[in-house]
Amino acid sequence: MECCKRGDTLFFDTPPIIQGFAAVGGKKESEGPLKDHFDLLFEDNTLGEETWEKAESALQRYCIEQLLKKTDCSMDGVDYVLAGDLQNQCTASAYTLRGLDVQFLGLYGACSTMTEGIGVAASLLAGGMANRIVALASSHFCAAERQFRTPLEYGGKRTPTAQWTVTGAGAVMLCRQGSGVAVNAVTFGRVRDFQVTDITNMGAAMAPAAAETILRYFQDSGKSPEQFDGIYTGDLGDVGSQLLLELLHQNGLDIQNHFDCGTMIYDMQTQQVQAGGSGCGCSASVLAGKLLPELQAGVKKRILMLSTGALMSTTSVLQGESIPGIAHLVELVSPKEGER
Amino acid sequence: MNFLAAFVVGGLLCVVGQLLIDLTSLTPAKILVGYVVAGVIVSGVGLYQPLVDIAGAGATVPLIGFGHLLAQGVQKAIAENGIWGVLTGGFVAAAGGVAASLTVGFLAAVLSRSKDQN
Amino acid sequence: MKRLSKQQYDEMTKQASPKSKPLQNCLWAFGVGGAICLVGEVLRQLYLSAGLEKDIASLAVSGSLILLSGIFTALGWYHRLAVHAGAGTLVPITGFANAVVSPAIEFKCEGLVTGVGAKMFVIAGPVIVYGVLASEIYGLIYYFMQKMM
Repeated sequence: MECCKRGDTLFFDTPPIIQGFAAVGGKKESEGPLKDHFDLLFEDNTLGEETWEKAESALQRYCIEQLLKKTDCSMDGVDYVLAGDLQNQCTASAYTLRGLDVQFLGLYGACSTMTEGIGVAASLLAGGMANRIVALASSHFCAAERQFRTPLEYGGKRTPTAQWTVTGAGAVMLCRQGSGVAVNAVTFGRVRDFQVTDITNMGAAMAPAAAETILRYFQDSGKSPEQFDGIYTGDLGDVGSQLLLELLHQNGLDIQNHFDCGTMIYDMQTQQVQAGGSGCGCSASVLAGKLLPELQAGVKKRILMLSTGALMSTTSVLQGESIPGIAHLVELVSPKEGER
Repeated sequence: MNFLAAFVVGGLLCVVGQLLIDLTSLTPAKILVGYVVAGVIVSGVGLYQPLVDIAGAGATVPLIGFGHLLAQGVQKAIAENGIWGVLTGGFVAAAGGVAASLTVGFLAAVLSRSKDQN
Repeated sequence: MKRLSKQQYDEMTKQASPKSKPLQNCLWAFGVGGAICLVGEVLRQLYLSAGLEKDIASLAVSGSLILLSGIFTALGWYHRLAVHAGAGTLVPITGFANAVVSPAIEFKCEGLVTGVGAKMFVIAGPVIVYGVLASEIYGLIYYFMQKMM
């Protein structure tokens, strides 16, 4: 037996391996505290393209190029690409994959796409359905802004709970076996909706889903938070992070080692991003740019990574619907870590 | 004196908008709609013209002044055309501002392109 | 996980969310909004002294401010001011112009007809719709009140 499901969590006896990773970012990211962790940074967020949508596809293209270069692979050896983004109908990914001759599965998990992709990829690999899969996610500030909010030149004041969409992409190469960071377990999330309707407070909308997934993972695995170097959420921001800790506390789980990619990627004091970064590219680029390299080097031994998504659309919001959240968790273990 | 009144009255009308943004959950679009409708009402009951006389552009430049303009336009059109003025007055009064905006908008679209905020 | 009522979670969210700063925001709105109106008044006096009629002078003021706002918007300056000024740049007619010009620029890449033309009033449209409707209702009332007198 290759794997088993206990509760909501998949445990892999022979864990799939993350063989390589690449992260690219835009201008604001190049001014943030993680600037040295990106493989490529673009000063010009158009990336020389005509439209913001094309610019996002270009980000993905560069990201995949970097990944293939770093892993010394070609697309011929890749069974599937699992990719997603925030554009309507997932077009950034589709147009990127138009140029690559490979089997493609488009994922939509809003900002939770990165760990959704890694989780699905790991499951396919552990089940013996593939040998090599690329998981990819991206977001672009300008493309997201014009789709979800207002035109870029429109004058509006951001509320203090609003978040700043990351311009960036992250990609990882997963293999059935080999050496690298292991994906030990995956917990796919359940949709949670605590009736938040404020579109400028997505952290609050997503925190319950993250809490649910974390609680279920610890219940299923029997592990405790201290066994990890960090529990990382995708883009809860300041507000959502605070709510997550409080929700976990109410359910009898106190964690001291929580970090949020949305507050790591920008300087919260000086970069004027209000409550922090957000978008698929936030958790994707922080994971692929900073966390995976640290796991690979053994600086970190074992982490939990949860990308968090808000599953509304511009239509559902206008119709007065509240914002459902989702969070998918992956347990990642350094190759330098002996079996515990 | 005119200038001081324009600054203060215009500024205060904006402060009301800011308070609505900060203290209620109204979106800017709804606030603007509220301003224009309020302008029509306040002007209709005869309270706005005195403010315009004091503050000039301080009362006409904020969007509530646009409502005032609409109400006045309707009055004028009714005086000229009777009941049909009800239909034409508002649009005729708004025509200048709307046409100017869309002309500038079109030219800006042709001459300029979307810019990054990062 | 324990379920929370909407009220309970709303309360938690309120506690966790940083507050906006109404006083600071209002000062910005007052200063910038007042300044825009002051520019309007200066222009008005200029146009009046140049011999324009009152109504025409007002129209010329609106047109001038709309043009200025369009230029600021196209250069990407208007939203930079608005980040601080809030309602100070929203409420004056320059805000209306910004709401027309910005989607025009933004949706240019979706075509001159289906982008620029169709989306130009996507933000400012409601102001015209409800402004004109209000004026019609007012007009009806005004008309029948005059008849009765």
